[in-house]
Amino acid sequence: MSEAAMPLYEVFIRPKAGLSHKHVGSLHAADDDMALNMARDVYTRRAEGVSIWVVQSKLIAASDPVDKDMLFEPTASKVYRHPTFYDIPEEVGHM
Amino acid sequence: MTPTPLLTYTLRLADNALVLGHRLSEWTAHAPTLEEEIALANLALDLVGQARMLYDYAAKIEGKGRREDDFAFLRDDRAFLNVLLVEQPNGDFAATMVRQLFFAAYAQPFYAALAGSKDETLAAIGAKAEKEMAYHLRHAGEWVIRLGDGTEESHARAKAALDDLVIYIDELFEVDAGDRALIEAGIAVDPAKIRPAFDKALGEILDEATLALPKVSHAHRGGREGLHSEHLGPMLAEMQVLHRAHPGAEW
Repeated sequence: MSEAAMPLYEVFIRPKAGLSHKHVGSLHAADDDMALNMARDVYTRRAEGVSIWVVQSKLIAASDPVDKDMLFEPTASKVYRHPTFYDIPEEVGHM
Repeated sequence: MTPTPLLTYTLRLADNALVLGHRLSEWTAHAPTLEEEIALANLALDLVGQARMLYDYAAKIEGKGRREDDFAFLRDDRAFLNVLLVEQPNGDFAATMVRQLFFAAYAQPFYAALAGSKDETLAAIGAKAEKEMAYHLRHAGEWVIRLGDGTEESHARAKAALDDLVIYIDELFEVDAGDRALIEAGIAVDPAKIRPAFDKALGEILDEATLALPKVSHAHRGGREGLHSEHLGPMLAEMQVLHRAHPGAEW
């Protein structure tokens, strides 16, 4: 099956209402509608989700691993950006 | 003693589900892509799950101590009451999808209507199965659209499948005297009432697929009375061999 006929898609599943979609894997499909069907069949067989996003892998712009140090290293020393000094009330739930 | 109309009715539904489910399971390790392989196995499991609930109910109706496995594995082809459509061989992928489209376009409105049955067990099975068959209809419909409106070869294969399988449609909508009594009692579904939904769904999908249902002057029938095509026997032999060789085998 050629890549042109069945392009690669990335699949994102929302596990339950209130949570964000999370990347779960990828698959090949003929087009968007079929990719949604395939994602349902491949990634939600055990009641993993309530919503699916699919997007063609080639449409995702990704950071280059080579830039890792430049992009992410500088944040390592800036602990004051983490709001870990607050007491979060139970009722707030997921932050 | 002849079986009651309710037992016959329930067994026909169960046999349709089991035989089609087994046919789909034959694709395991042979499907065109990994994704479709999992999809076909999912569809098969939906159908086998429906069959189990229906056999379980048939066993209760009959009340002779038989269990679901006895119905599935210890009856010969003449005792199976499924329609001829579901026992037809998988053929190529187009043939499997057209067969699935025909069955799902019938079964989805059928189970939606059965959910309103006065028989509580059948109504509960109908409510569950309707959602499953709605997805089968979408899955098969999307494929038939892409095969019909795809390449020259995929169009030709989808057309050939329609030509081969169209003769099995009318049997889905047959009614005998026992069915008629159950329909009047509010237990069974009147197939005439769901035919418009079948024709509409099929018509829309085939239009989009640039295909058309061939006109035929005759329909094949007999499965509902246990008169099957040559294909059911070999399928049952493979399906039943383990249980017959090792009675009561479990895992």
